[in-house]
Amino acid sequence: MTDVEATSPAGGADPPEPRPDTVLDPPVRGDEFADRGPGDEARGLVAETSEGVQELSSRAETGPGQLRREVGAVLRLPEGVAVDPSDIDVEQSDDETMIINMGPQHPSTHGVLRLMLELDGETVLRTKPVIGYLHTGMEKTAEELTYVQGSTNVTRMDYLAPLHNELVLSLAVEALLGVEMPPRSDWIRMLLVELNRVSSHLMWMATNGMDLGSTSMMIYGFREREMVLAFFEKTTGLRMNHNFIRPGGTAADLPDGWEDDVTVICDTVMSRTDEYDELLTGQPLFRRRSEAVGTLSAEEALALSLTGPVLRSTGVPWDLRRCMPYLRYDEVDFDVIVGTYGDNFDRYSIRLNEIRESVRIIRQVIEKMPAGDYRVQDKKVTPPPRARIDESMEALIHHFKVFTEGFKVPEGEVYVAVESPRGELGCYLVSDGSPKPYRMHIRGPSFVNLQGLPLMMRGGLVADAVAVCSTIDPVMGEVDR
Amino acid sequence: MTAGGGTGVADGARAADAGASPPNDTQPSGEVVFPTREQYVAVVGGYRGAGFEMCADLCGVDYLAHPARRLPEGVQPERFEVVANLLSLSRARRVRLRVQVPEADAVIASLFDLYPGVEAMEREAFDLFGIVFEGHPDMTRILMPEDWEGHPLRKDYGVGRVPVQFKGAPGPR
Repeated sequence: MTDVEATSPAGGADPPEPRPDTVLDPPVRGDEFADRGPGDEARGLVAETSEGVQELSSRAETGPGQLRREVGAVLRLPEGVAVDPSDIDVEQSDDETMIINMGPQHPSTHGVLRLMLELDGETVLRTKPVIGYLHTGMEKTAEELTYVQGSTNVTRMDYLAPLHNELVLSLAVEALLGVEMPPRSDWIRMLLVELNRVSSHLMWMATNGMDLGSTSMMIYGFREREMVLAFFEKTTGLRMNHNFIRPGGTAADLPDGWEDDVTVICDTVMSRTDEYDELLTGQPLFRRRSEAVGTLSAEEALALSLTGPVLRSTGVPWDLRRCMPYLRYDEVDFDVIVGTYGDNFDRYSIRLNEIRESVRIIRQVIEKMPAGDYRVQDKKVTPPPRARIDESMEALIHHFKVFTEGFKVPEGEVYVAVESPRGELGCYLVSDGSPKPYRMHIRGPSFVNLQGLPLMMRGGLVADAVAVCSTIDPVMGEVDR
Repeated sequence: MTAGGGTGVADGARAADAGASPPNDTQPSGEVVFPTREQYVAVVGGYRGAGFEMCADLCGVDYLAHPARRLPEGVQPERFEVVANLLSLSRARRVRLRVQVPEADAVIASLFDLYPGVEAMEREAFDLFGIVFEGHPDMTRILMPEDWEGHPLRKDYGVGRVPVQFKGAPGPR
């Protein structure tokens, strides 16, 4: 951690100043370097990685509007009342506050998330997430890829729930195409995304345990997740970034004997969740680290557009699978898990119990899986079966066309949302009638949920910062896209 | 206003802007409304009052390469569009607002006062499209580096035009 306040050259609410020329000089190893003192070197490094006004700046340099937002004052006002700038509940501290950096290369920030914390002793006053370190322009890339190639791109966004990304894109494309999906493809998709939810939550249990110092939980979480990934590898060929759910169905049918594999996963995961209960849920140390830490109210969560387990932990029973069903979620039984206090412990128990609910859904899917096609039999969208290519020239040409040119999607725009393990994963798709999306926007739940962080951290201890950040479960691939 | 049903919501929006109601276009995926920039905040305020608790998503679109898109009558197409997705949890309904923003004056009011959750989304739209949201407390780039030139998701921002920009990297060899 570096003390930014002392060394940051610009920082402040002013428009970005042109950087001093010395910074732009390429670092030269040799005589010139010897002239610089250690302080200069540090300054150069800070300037090179500086995000200027995106960073958290000292209170003197922060405008009242921004300060009100950063301390969450705008959320605590009754309807229709304007904030008096002098009436911000700013703590008056005798000591000087300090702004420190956490990240972007901090192992507990789950990727390249950089948090800037204003500390008064050990108490966190303000927090600002600085993001964009993993931005790779995936929405721009999507405009250059056909709809067929699109799922390869989006699957890399939320890399812990890749199948959800593929699903939301496929649902959006299918909504524009207006095709009706065969039932089996819906049920296969449901099986896969629920397994994916289990693996994502297990991964979260593992990393959250790690953040709180429970390395056993980390090993157990990864161990169980491995079972799910092994099934994914058997089904899709890959452990992650599957590109299996595609517009028009899935890439292939489920492998023979999938019921047995999935049943083993269900039984094992169910019995292991009881072990987690023993390991964490009832453990006094874990409870004291997580209860009443990072609390959030339902009003605040709604105002900040938070979704998923973070919203449900405040007691709002909002789950898209239940409230706005897609696929065949209206045909299965499951409970929406809600919390009461909106603290870390609620978010933990919601995820633990969602694993159980997902297993419940998966068991019903095994029972109800219909026979039939795993992809839609629409020649415009679907390439011919592999066997046909060997015997028919037309089939070969057709196959070639679908994969090189892609298929055309009627002009229009659509917004589709699914419940990913992190919350509402939305896809806004605009088509101009060509085989490539005109615009594809992904509403990443992690991106939006990070907005709750300053509020959840406020007034807490810096030692809890890592735990609070962990319970939001941000995946930086999706935040930065 | 009646509870539930589509008409109640439209009434709320209509009452709020106290003028001509914006054209709207109902699709299977939900209601789509096309307010002007002037009506925008009032219409959103109307929806908020009518039980749309959350602004689920907000993004920009650059229609430079696709000007002849389908729009209802009376909507003057402009280069940019700001698309806001409002969500009503109590009724499980969505409504989408598409606002035309001209290229010459790419400025639109911020929804921050109504929905503080649009903070990051508006910053993202500003960063990637250069649309300025007036009244936003912290209108800075969010995904791109602070000293980045241009707005990458604009259609006239070429793909691969700039090889790679790294801060402090030596120039082209």
